[in-house]
Amino acid sequence: MAIAVDLAVQLVQMMLVLAAAPLLTGYVRKVKAHLVRRQGPPLLQPYRDLARLLRKEVVLAESASWLFRAAPYLVFAATWVAASLVPSFATGLIFNYAADVIAIVALLGSARFMLALAGLDVGTSFGGIGSSREMMIASLAEPAMLMVVFTLSLMAGSTQLSSIAASMQAPEVGLRVSLALALVALVMVAIAENGRIPVDNPATHLELTMVHEAMILEYSGRHLAVIELASYLKLLLYVSVIGCVFFPWGIAQSGQGAAAYLGGVAVYAVKLAAGGLALAVFETAIAKMRVFRYSDFLGAALMLGLLATLLLFVSQVT
Amino acid sequence: MALQGLLWCIAVLLGTGAAALALARRRAGGSLVYALSLAATAGAFLLAGASLLAPASLGDALSLPLGVPWLGAHFRLDALSAFFLAVVNLGGAGASLFGLGYGRHEEAPARVLPFFPAFLAGMNLVLVAADAFTFLFAWEFMSLSSWALVMAHHRRPGNAAAGYLYLLMASFGTLALILAFGLLSGPSGGYEFDAIRGAQAGGGLAAVALVLVLVGAGSKAGIVPLHVWLPLAHPAAPSHVSALMSGVMTKVAVYGFVRVAFDLLGAPLWWWGALVALIGGITAVMGVLHALMEHDLKRLLAYHTVENIGIIFIGLGLALAFEANQMPAPAALALTAALFHVFNHSLFKSLLFFGAGAVLGATGERDMERLGGLIHRMPKTAFLFLVGSAAISALPPFNGFVSEWLTFQAILLSPALPQWLLKFLVPAIGALLALSAALAAACFVKAFGVTFLGRPRSAAARDAVETDGWSLAAMGVLAALCLLAGILPGYFIDALAPVTQALAGSHLPEQRQLDWLTIVPVAHSRSSYNGLLVFLFIAASAGLAAAAIHRFASSAARRSAPWDCGFPDPSPATQYTAGSFSQPIRRVFGTVVFRAREEVHMPPPGDLRPAVLHVELRDLLWDALYAPLTGLVGYCAGVLNKVQFLTIRAYLTLVFSALVLLLMVLAAWQ
Repeated sequence: MAIAVDLAVQLVQMMLVLAAAPLLTGYVRKVKAHLVRRQGPPLLQPYRDLARLLRKEVVLAESASWLFRAAPYLVFAATWVAASLVPSFATGLIFNYAADVIAIVALLGSARFMLALAGLDVGTSFGGIGSSREMMIASLAEPAMLMVVFTLSLMAGSTQLSSIAASMQAPEVGLRVSLALALVALVMVAIAENGRIPVDNPATHLELTMVHEAMILEYSGRHLAVIELASYLKLLLYVSVIGCVFFPWGIAQSGQGAAAYLGGVAVYAVKLAAGGLALAVFETAIAKMRVFRYSDFLGAALMLGLLATLLLFVSQVT
Repeated sequence: MALQGLLWCIAVLLGTGAAALALARRRAGGSLVYALSLAATAGAFLLAGASLLAPASLGDALSLPLGVPWLGAHFRLDALSAFFLAVVNLGGAGASLFGLGYGRHEEAPARVLPFFPAFLAGMNLVLVAADAFTFLFAWEFMSLSSWALVMAHHRRPGNAAAGYLYLLMASFGTLALILAFGLLSGPSGGYEFDAIRGAQAGGGLAAVALVLVLVGAGSKAGIVPLHVWLPLAHPAAPSHVSALMSGVMTKVAVYGFVRVAFDLLGAPLWWWGALVALIGGITAVMGVLHALMEHDLKRLLAYHTVENIGIIFIGLGLALAFEANQMPAPAALALTAALFHVFNHSLFKSLLFFGAGAVLGATGERDMERLGGLIHRMPKTAFLFLVGSAAISALPPFNGFVSEWLTFQAILLSPALPQWLLKFLVPAIGALLALSAALAAACFVKAFGVTFLGRPRSAAARDAVETDGWSLAAMGVLAALCLLAGILPGYFIDALAPVTQALAGSHLPEQRQLDWLTIVPVAHSRSSYNGLLVFLFIAASAGLAAAAIHRFASSAARRSAPWDCGFPDPSPATQYTAGSFSQPIRRVFGTVVFRAREEVHMPPPGDLRPAVLHVELRDLLWDALYAPLTGLVGYCAGVLNKVQFLTIRAYLTLVFSALVLLLMVLAAWQ
């Protein structure tokens, strides 16, 4: 019986992230529009976009292979699994132990690997430019992310996100320099990985500086819908990670009962809204960078992460 | 028992090599040689694997009256040998199976067939040797037989130079090993491993021996800066031999290092670990950066071997550091990570070289800039190569991820190390490891994407046909093992327990008892990973999403010209190439590491010549280390050349003065 409840809670978590992801993106778009005094699309527009795309037929390029057709589902599955393994409203869910935070980063790496290959599949110059730049960004962002992971897991003595969240809630953690550096690095990585301004512009097409949109330029119909959903999920995942590690308050423990879970969901919604608001303000306030400045931006993230880890290594008393 | 069986397998291999001299001229001779090699290596793999799983049978020793008369040849099968024997013979069996199909296209079978089984026998002999003489003899036998295979196609441009460089580096490495064993066995000359182990060389002597072994075994494994021969020699050989050299022979080199550093030298010092791990980190990043700049498919794979050897040495270095500080459990974790990566790398590197061989056989091309679109013509090879690419890029749910994950877990245990240098060094090495993993993924997007995806860039790529069934079977087995080791790593980690128990005095908690086949290297609250669940979740959610969308939304699809923002160009030259794919990374890393310079020669308006982009990369290591060295050798040779043209009187004077000088030295000595 207990296992059935655990499984049900895990299933709720999977469905919750899936349902909330388009809303978060819609919310960010809405806030950004308001900040520049526009009305903006309705909050539910991403859902409508997805429904519209799902109903349309797929137009495949003549040179597309099976990989092009399989990649969207694999990208979506890997991102969804990664997003459901991040504690959102409750920690210690039944499958949380299946992958620690290193594995979650690597799962996102798997998704990116497939998507970059799909970008090269048709054999157009736009797909190639997107894949090539995406992998360049990833080659710096992924190590930076792993350095942040090192910092957190050294502090918590664990690489499990549930345990990290629990240990961050403990009163003795307090404010530490390493934590601040790690937070800044993680935010920079999150911006780069999600293709947000200043690294990439999610709202443009037909611009030589674009990355993610160039990679998926040949996609249409249901394939495009699935890829869009995966990118919404990825944004939600990063906000969830930041929320559960740096702002771990209000997360329910596994087995605390329905009331605690409901409270957890409410707090989670507040965290998502706060994260979305911060992202929108940041994106509105900053200009896009040149492509070859990315390495400075991400190199800074990597160095901050390394510095945070080094400080911990040095300060740890045996 | 198992040891005798193994020696018989080696004898069969040697006999096959000798028989191949006669068989090579026959038409079915090639198949017979590969079938016999397959049988012998498969038998050896089963024997080694069985004795690794039933540790009670380990510890057999045998001595034969061969070799140096007063020493004889000693053989021994312990856990470490059994593990590496399993790795070597699995790779050997795969290469033999692949050779059954691939070997038919061989243009000079008489140059390959006799040496292939001999090479396998040499590698096996290194692993069972239990005295310094047999070890070095087998090591040199392995080097020379593989050199003969590198020189199989000696008329192709570049191959003769590659073989020459390989011979030089191999001799240099063996020289270092001879000196190391000389130091270890001491003045009394106890050349058996048991005697060396009992003698326990002292601090300074042991340190010198460690550095010598690092040079000797490391030059064979390809650690930076001794890697220069590897990306030239490995690709020059026929592809199944490249797979053996890259996937398997480098592991024999790792065995040599582990045998001396962990077993024969006695208790390590902490700075050994720091040195080895630092070299490993640098090797990993340099290897993958070189690979990114490469557009020859086989050479790219060879540079990735350098990278993976670096990852293995990071694990070994951490294990030494932990062991020096009497921390057996973390040492066992780091050692398990390194050895598991040894196994994993032998699987996916062999698989990838087989794939490159299949492409080479189908198109005659190794240059990725002239390939493309092969996924349509060779779908099975493409799929299997994709599995190998994902595995080597450390992507879950494949096996490469598990061993890198274990290495990360070992790094995360290292703040407990008391030495300050290590506290600073280990996080930096962790960053290097993370960087190399991310760059490897970029590199394999390039390798797979440019070779197999897109549109064909040459007629050869357009008209390629799928490779033969034997080759596909060999690749299929290895790809299945890559997935299996990725989703059920617990069984493989458990099989390593006797090895780490013998070398580090501890082993990881038994994994196969855990719920749901999770792996938990230290403690449940600390870290765990379940490849099986991750794999099932991905498969289920991808399958369900696809099924639901096709059922309830739309399943219509139609083909049309590519969109490409409205300006599709029919020429395949407008696609991204290997060079353009890695251009952003070249701009970021290459300007420092390779002094990369780009020059665009743009003709003036009205001139119809095409614009030319010229990229210049420099290998700083070659410029700084090898170029002065070759210059020095050339200079000395030039000076000594004069000695060749003296009169007979001068020669007699030289002989006489040399004699007098030696006698004086002898008198001073006593």
